[in-house]
Amino acid sequence: MTSKNLLTPVAGGGLLDRRLFLKRGLTFSAAILTTNALAENQHFRPESSKKPGVPFSNYGLPSQYERETIRWTMGNSMADGNGVSWTPLQDLEGTITPNGLHFERHHNGVPEIDPKRHQLLIHGLVNKNLLFKVEDLLRYPMTSCLCFIECGGNSNAAWRSKPIQTKLGYFHGMASCSEWTGVPLRLLLDEVKLKGRAKWLVAEGADASLMNVSLPLDKAVDDCIIALYQNGERIRPENGYPLRLIAPGWEGVVNVKWLRRLHITNRPVMARNETSKYTELMPSGKARQFTFVMEAKSLITNPSFGHKLDKQGFYQISGLAWSGRGKIKKVEVSADGGKTWAEADLQTPILSKCFTRFRIPWQWNGEKVILKSRAIDETGYIQPERDALVKQRGTHGYFHYNAIVSWEINNDGSITHVYA
Amino acid sequence: MFMRNGLLFLALLTTPILHADESPKLGKPVSQALVKQWNSDIFPDGEGLPTGKGTATYGKKVYQQYCLSCHGIKGTGDSADELAGAKHGLTDNPPDKTIGTYWPYATTIFDFTRRSMPLNNPGSLNNSQLYAVTAYLLFLNGIITEKEIMNAETLPKVIMPNRNGFVSYTVNP
Ligand code: HEC
Repeated sequence: MTSKNLLTPVAGGGLLDRRLFLKRGLTFSAAILTTNALAENQHFRPESSKKPGVPFSNYGLPSQYERETIRWTMGNSMADGNGVSWTPLQDLEGTITPNGLHFERHHNGVPEIDPKRHQLLIHGLVNKNLLFKVEDLLRYPMTSCLCFIECGGNSNAAWRSKPIQTKLGYFHGMASCSEWTGVPLRLLLDEVKLKGRAKWLVAEGADASLMNVSLPLDKAVDDCIIALYQNGERIRPENGYPLRLIAPGWEGVVNVKWLRRLHITNRPVMARNETSKYTELMPSGKARQFTFVMEAKSLITNPSFGHKLDKQGFYQISGLAWSGRGKIKKVEVSADGGKTWAEADLQTPILSKCFTRFRIPWQWNGEKVILKSRAIDETGYIQPERDALVKQRGTHGYFHYNAIVSWEINNDGSITHVYA
Repeated sequence: MFMRNGLLFLALLTTPILHADESPKLGKPVSQALVKQWNSDIFPDGEGLPTGKGTATYGKKVYQQYCLSCHGIKGTGDSADELAGAKHGLTDNPPDKTIGTYWPYATTIFDFTRRSMPLNNPGSLNNSQLYAVTAYLLFLNGIITEKEIMNAETLPKVIMPNRNGFVSYTVNP
């Protein structure tokens, strides 16, 4: 295919072939810059190159010009350690969430834990109740899992009858993606020797709410990790230091932070966080319980609310897709409110239960258009339109919202969140 | 050369072959007493409930002293969740989710209060206070009377109005 053909829109609203970026650099029209007056024989040096730079640092921080790329925090008025903070997805690229920007949900603050004194107890329907020190666990064979963690309550503002006008990360940013490294839980379960009746596991954290929650043992044996490292360094305090249970693809609450105890049982404990919360009330009045898996979702992160397109021309639409059931197979983007769709390019490697970056070139002609993206995962599941999700689940379920997100590009290049 | 190969061969024979799954097995066995101290899980059938007892009459005092500042008068909600006093049901718009309309098990109230509440001083209430404040929350929701004694025997027997309101989605408990 020639570059010329690639410039022919592949779907409405100016969407171009995803291979365009690969074929040739896009030419953005720009005025020719003039040179600064320099004495003869002098060559141009940027300001930064005129004096020695600052010395080394023990732990690097983002540039002073990136101070606005932060988590937006929201704590309870009577207890500031109860609440959440959001990952600013609208400001990030690629697939890995920097550790300082990983979303947080704390029920009662971040505990201060000395790893020398922290231990993990595994007990219940086992042949031996065993206690593991953190330093012991550091000696076990480890494995890594690059996976997303998404709070079951992520995106809950989208159940509201009017679309919320706020930056993407502030209502979909309870989702982050890291490389988690630690001991496969299966190894520790082999060591305690499960009894035949063992079916569930109750995990408990060492925070001020002693947060506990149940999950089926099958999952624990399948792919759960007792993580010690996050993106190569020891887990940050707010993400569970020194030990976190990682249950890839499952809602955030079962990825128990500050893990101190695993109770092997034959039934769930029916904790507050699996009955009163993290259950979804349906229109029938019945509630869905143990809806662990986070279904496929995608978001256009750029452009999104708060960004502004300065002029017509070429843009790259960029976004994230993920599925708790496995790999993302395809992401489609629409620039005409869902009438026509074009396939976006997926950044490789595409990993199971992990953020997948998608991109597609787009020619904006200055008209009002509606951008959407929809994810399709390897099981064939297609991310639903909001109408379909609401029809199935009503609007009072609060948790597990995963419908298509729509951005309206206005004539002036500003962006509105719409239900379309 | 021959010697070296021979030594290597011997070494291979005597060193157990390590599987990727092999673990150093460093867990320390612990006594049932330690497990009992650490284990705070309370199940719907009452497993894990401690001794002690209380009624709503005393529970009201506990509530007013330790809970009201965040959960409001009679549990109607304030900076923290509404616990009682639902004005309508689960199929209304919007639905009113309280202990009385939504919670499937009474034991969860005791378990959660003991592990997490009061938020500003968790773990500070004794068993009698915990049974009493649990009784008060059940009473406020019209589930038990003011005089009914809540203890390890009676609490699991309380039938919550929404006991059958949940459908297990991915797995069978
Ligand atoms: C300092 C404020 C504060 C005080 C005092 C307090 N709570 Fe809470 N309570 C909260 C907050 C905040 C939550 C929500 C916790 C979370 O997000 O995990 C909560 C949650 C609860 C819940 C679960 C509500 C639900 O719908 O899931 C119960 C039950 C509860 N508290 C009972 C009590 C009792 C009983 C007391 C007194 C012994 C008490 N609380 C004292 C702030 C408080």
